Amino acid sequence: MTVTEPGSTEVTPVELVTLTIDDVEVSVPKGTLVIRAAELIGTEIPRFCDHPLLEPVGACRQCLVEVPDAGNGRGMPKPQASCTLEVAPGMVVNTQVTSPAADKAQRGNLEFLLANHPLDCPVCDKGGECPLQNQALSHGNGESRFIESKRLFAKPVNVSENVLLDRERCVLCQRCTRFSEEIAGDPFIALLERGAQQQIGIADGEPFHSYFSGNTIQICPVGALTSADYRFRSRPFDLVSVPSVAEHDACGAAIRIDHRRGKVMRRLAGDDPEVNEEWITDKDRFAFTWSTRDDRLRTPLVRDAESGELQPMSWPGALAVAARGLSGTQPGVLTGGRLTLEDAYAYAKFARAVLGTNDIDFRSRPVSDEETAFLAHHVAGAGRGVTYRDLDRAGTVVLAGLEPEDEAGTLFLRLRKAVKNGTRVVAVASHLTRGLRKLDAELVSAVPGREAEALAGLSLGDTDVVLAGERLGLAPGGLAAAVDLVGRAGARLAWVPRRAGDRGAVDAGCLPTLLPGGRPVAEAEARADLAAAWGVDQLPDTTGRDTVGIIAALAAGELTSAVIGGVELADLPDPAAARAALETAEFVVSLEVRAGDVAPYADVVLPVAPPVEKSGTFVNWEGRRRPFDTALEVSGSLPDVRVLAGIAEELGTPLGIRGVAAARRELDELGAWDGARAPFETARANPPAESGAVVLDTWKQLIDDGRLQDGADTYRLTARPARLKANAATLAAANVEPGGSARLSTERGAAEFIAEVADLPDGVVWVPANSEGVNVRSVLAAGPGDPVTLSDSREERA
Amino acid sequence: MSTLKETLWDPVAGFGVTFRTMFKKPVTERYPQEKRPTAPRFHGRHQLNRWPDGLEKCVGCELCAWACPADAIYVEGASNTEDERFSPGERYGRVYQINYLRCILCGLCIEACPTRALTMTNEYELADDNREDLIYEKSDLLAPLLPGMTEPPHEMLISDDHHDYYRGKSLPIVEADDATDSGEAR
Repeated sequence: MTVTEPGSTEVTPVELVTLTIDDVEVSVPKGTLVIRAAELIGTEIPRFCDHPLLEPVGACRQCLVEVPDAGNGRGMPKPQASCTLEVAPGMVVNTQVTSPAADKAQRGNLEFLLANHPLDCPVCDKGGECPLQNQALSHGNGESRFIESKRLFAKPVNVSENVLLDRERCVLCQRCTRFSEEIAGDPFIALLERGAQQQIGIADGEPFHSYFSGNTIQICPVGALTSADYRFRSRPFDLVSVPSVAEHDACGAAIRIDHRRGKVMRRLAGDDPEVNEEWITDKDRFAFTWSTRDDRLRTPLVRDAESGELQPMSWPGALAVAARGLSGTQPGVLTGGRLTLEDAYAYAKFARAVLGTNDIDFRSRPVSDEETAFLAHHVAGAGRGVTYRDLDRAGTVVLAGLEPEDEAGTLFLRLRKAVKNGTRVVAVASHLTRGLRKLDAELVSAVPGREAEALAGLSLGDTDVVLAGERLGLAPGGLAAAVDLVGRAGARLAWVPRRAGDRGAVDAGCLPTLLPGGRPVAEAEARADLAAAWGVDQLPDTTGRDTVGIIAALAAGELTSAVIGGVELADLPDPAAARAALETAEFVVSLEVRAGDVAPYADVVLPVAPPVEKSGTFVNWEGRRRPFDTALEVSGSLPDVRVLAGIAEELGTPLGIRGVAAARRELDELGAWDGARAPFETARANPPAESGAVVLDTWKQLIDDGRLQDGADTYRLTARPARLKANAATLAAANVEPGGSARLSTERGAAEFIAEVADLPDGVVWVPANSEGVNVRSVLAAGPGDPVTLSDSREERA
Repeated sequence: MSTLKETLWDPVAGFGVTFRTMFKKPVTERYPQEKRPTAPRFHGRHQLNRWPDGLEKCVGCELCAWACPADAIYVEGASNTEDERFSPGERYGRVYQINYLRCILCGLCIEACPTRALTMTNEYELADDNREDLIYEKSDLLAPLLPGMTEPPHEMLISDDHHDYYRGKSLPIVEADDATDSGEAR
């Protein structure tokens, strides 16, 4: 992040090979496949199984070319599959363009592929965007000579709740099986049977449950794999496609939103070789219905003084009520982690220039002073640091407080690719999860909360990378140990938060100690600099309160009002306390897409636009800006910046920015802070004392009960079951039988899970944080590293 | 300066045409009192046809909408389920609208239809006094139920294999119950 690699742009010399394709001489890097060398001279050889990101297999035989000279003076006797043929010096290749033999071979092959392919294009979801359809027209015979009956299969088969398989349409190219095995590492789909009965399938009772299964639908060159959600919803020519960025995690995956008549029909992976290549997680693909649920807010709501109910009101009226309520109070601002960079900047400016407070925090989760200092020192305004590409070059990648498969799916796939290229992954975690196993990760076992000790014991080289997850900030001394570790080795460190808006919020200054661009609040020069740019007399100079502080101050009456955007109370360190605090607050303004759990405490609820209805920028964990445009124009759907500008105007101190473009421009003009960075102590903090109690480890699984996954019902059925994991000794000590029901409790509440044995350290249990209706934070008021009580649930009932 | 011919003959000559026409059969049609049949292949209002058991032929493929040069057709497909079957096979047209304010009755849609679900009738009286009523819904376009047809949703009555419908092989095998009853009464 702060450490930049000077030599990262060096170009390695490539050995070129010269060959002749269709009488055109072309030089390509050694090892290139003929099919791609032909693309360079503008010849597209038809293909089905070939995919640039998958290993060559030569399964469909569609890309046959004639090779009169293989580079050794001798020709190949029969047409060759150009997708498995590497170039050789002096090779001569004739494609269908110049060789009648290649053309005939391709036409013949296509006729074979179509022999058993049903003529159901009118009812097939791929119809209109189907490589088989397209290539049958461009490289096939117009007439079929096959008059016998076609092979029939029962259709469609659910290989998972998300993915439907129509075996009649399959051309056995194995793109799906290769993707699952090579890229996702979930080989739950494979070729079964032999001969004419050969087909794709799953093992009995083992559905294709992969976090990345949706990608197989997209790369299927025929309509054999289709999406259960999108089934028969529309046709390619109905759809308006808009490139966008996924809002579910901090990876910034490029996506494509396809909409029809004002409704999003589906989302597909975008193609960005620097970020997500062509893959996205199922969450990015299928979870998009959350913003159009029934609880979507369309008009401002104001609490009626007499009835105490929220009543609809006009925008000018609601903004005036919000302004009147906020004026003369001591406000705190909680922004949540899902804002775009521009909206986060609007909140940061609104808090400082309009409300005159530094009590602003984007972290709707437990926080620590260490993390605040770390973000100020290492992350804020630091620009692009470690990139996805750097993971390929890294010797070792250390994961600390981060479970990439669940918390950053795109990063997981890139790590997996890096591992195939020889990168070693070391995970500082409580146990080897399925995701870490797929990365061949070496486990450095650590009890949650004591990661610092494990990190201190590591040593790295200067090409190595440490990826610090959000949870490392909760371990006392964890981030300090990570900084210390990379400092000793000259390695590099990146902070990988969970939410799409986290990194942007740090850059935009949604922190109590930071102004936009990483300017420290404590620096008089930074404040003066910003005050001049904003045209205000002065900015508040005292360091503000963080999330925990704001909640406590609201409860104690030190703060009397709150502006809350996109925060779920269940994510906060103590949801019950947060509810009580909002109850105490005199005035609460809530900016929300959908009526959430803040609304019951809000005096004014102002509806804001979801990402699909506004433009903006997410900053991903690399520090790469991922701008996106409005996909759906919905009148009256306003971004947060516009709403905050409205309140500011009613308060008599205009915000100075009224839209996303203006906010982006102003933020760019401000630039990053070039003065001294806030200090960060790497002194060893005291690890938590051993209490003898069972320590909880928990994080949110990719597919869980999160509100951004509401409505994606078939997708949510592919979630992993919620299981409590602990080692046999821990379970035995609590009298819990593996496979039996275990009870996890604190003073605040209890939850039951089915227990499973896993390789956790003694006295540590893991549960998913928000799966199958149990929100651990809400129920137990506990998080990673907190003590809990494990017992047999039958005992409790007895 | 007009000639003698222009002054005297030309005004009378026009009445000659009128006089001759008096003895010819008039071409005027007394519409709407008398409605003359159109040419048999006249492009009139569309119709969504049914299979002999009443199931809809439309599979919601939207090829008609794709072919339409006036963008007058809107279709949404949906899945048939075991409980609710509207057409043989997997897919049916859940929404089918033709906007006759836009339709130019060119017939490209019926050429595009892969199941011969969409054809054109000879009905030409497509006028109304408001715009909404000129967007014909599926219920307006579906062919009337002929004897032996049952209003969908119902299961496939002709054959369990939906391919048999398209082959036109075994039509009609199953007689509807009420048809049998009336036969006995006779």
